[in-house]
Amino acid sequence: MTWVNAMVQGVMLGGLYALFATGLSLIFGVMRVVNLAHGVLTILAAFIAFFIVDHTGLNPLVAMAIVVPVMFTIGYVLQRLLINFTLGSGVLPPLLVTFGLAVVIENILLKVFSADSRGLDAGRIENVSIRLTSRLAVGWLPLTIFLVAVVLLVAMQLFFDRTTFGRALRATSDDAEAAQLMAIDNRHVYAVAMGLALGIAGVAGVFVGVRTTFGPLEGPVLLIFAFEAVIIGGLGSLWGTLVGGVILGVAQTLGAQLAPGWFQLSGHLVFLAVLAVRPTGLFPRVGAV
Amino acid sequence: MSLLEVEALDQFYRDFQALFGVSLRVDEGEIVAIIGANGAGKSTFLKTVAGLLRSDADAVRFDGNSVGGRPAYRRVSMGIALVPEGRRVFPSLSVEENLRVGGFGKRPGWWNLRRVYESFPLLSKLSTRPAALLSGGEQQALAIGRALMTNPRMLLMDEISLGLAPIIVKQLYQAIPAIVAEGTTLVIVEQDITQALGIAHRAYCFLEGRVSLHGRPADLTRDQIRAAYFGWR
Repeated sequence: MTWVNAMVQGVMLGGLYALFATGLSLIFGVMRVVNLAHGVLTILAAFIAFFIVDHTGLNPLVAMAIVVPVMFTIGYVLQRLLINFTLGSGVLPPLLVTFGLAVVIENILLKVFSADSRGLDAGRIENVSIRLTSRLAVGWLPLTIFLVAVVLLVAMQLFFDRTTFGRALRATSDDAEAAQLMAIDNRHVYAVAMGLALGIAGVAGVFVGVRTTFGPLEGPVLLIFAFEAVIIGGLGSLWGTLVGGVILGVAQTLGAQLAPGWFQLSGHLVFLAVLAVRPTGLFPRVGAV
Repeated sequence: MSLLEVEALDQFYRDFQALFGVSLRVDEGEIVAIIGANGAGKSTFLKTVAGLLRSDADAVRFDGNSVGGRPAYRRVSMGIALVPEGRRVFPSLSVEENLRVGGFGKRPGWWNLRRVYESFPLLSKLSTRPAALLSGGEQQALAIGRALMTNPRMLLMDEISLGLAPIIVKQLYQAIPAIVAEGTTLVIVEQDITQALGIAHRAYCFLEGRVSLHGRPADLTRDQIRAAYFGWR
């Protein structure tokens, strides 16, 4: 039963990883940019939540309603003022610039908040659980995170499929130059995409803060998990991202069940195995580059 | 005043100069053909007019406005549409989604989804199919329909017959009278001289980035065209 329990916890954890990964995947899908600052931007969202909670006493899950629009705005402005200028001359400029951005944000966070670990206290939801059987329980918090991930993915899918702007996003992803011939300003589209990606990172960041402690230097670990979820699931596939996150989460919790130190290791091993056997991931998008 | 006035246009790709002082005008309601060999600068010219390549603001004037420095997406809103070389449909979008993206700018006009389907009946049967799975001729029809959805005042078409069977080309050209009937001005770039000169009111021939000949098709002799096309004397 401990194994089943580990598995269930792994699935829930996968929801959180899907939240990390969705923004990364969205940016790659729309503009073929790997945003190396995605992890530290998620941490930034956690610190913004920490700042709000510290000054207002709001519950962090309520503060999320402020964090998400703030992160959206940061994403939009960042794209318009910085990342748009790195596009169009190969893969290297955006990689270097987002890497540099990660270093800068990390150091600003260190300067402002110091290297101490912080946490966000969401109150009772952290401790209550649903008892499934006498020996198996699911915490409300992990379940909430998982459900929020699923709802967000459904919402994104509907946005891409059903709305005018969603179609414009997909068209820009297919062929940015042809999209301009349809009156679409691709630089605005990119900025909205970055805003959405960081808005989701905002949700993820608050959940990270509530679930565990966080510090300014933990961005790279989140980035690795996001990468692994994206690669396992298949680049450019929304639902693949969720499956990738769940596989990664289950691999980690099962590994930790074998030996506590194997939590990260087993996740990396599964990631490498998928990369070796199916380099395009489990659900590659048709026609993805 | 002509609808499109291009005056002494130069265009470069880094160190390579593709257009040398090209001057050209198109009146409202006209069909103008641009012919020329491979590499003569025809596609570069259309891309510059559409805004995918920038130029001096005054080198390209549309409806009296200097537009040479404006980005393509803003020129579309003014009524300049380009059917690009190689069709460039959005492969992961369905036929209908491609057409709807054409309507993104919400420019008012005669064309809408229903009328495009009426002009290209083959598209309406394929409306839910991903554009990637269409044949070349179907993709070309879609590319034209998508451009019409922007409700252009002036439609630029770049080699719509390229790589297609003659019977398909004939079908595509059959849709042109309906486009012109709505008052849309047409600029057609073709390597296939006969097809283009057959419907054009006026024609320009490009040679190595310069205008080598221009006039009404009926006034141009075969020898003149041959000389202007290949640069023979």
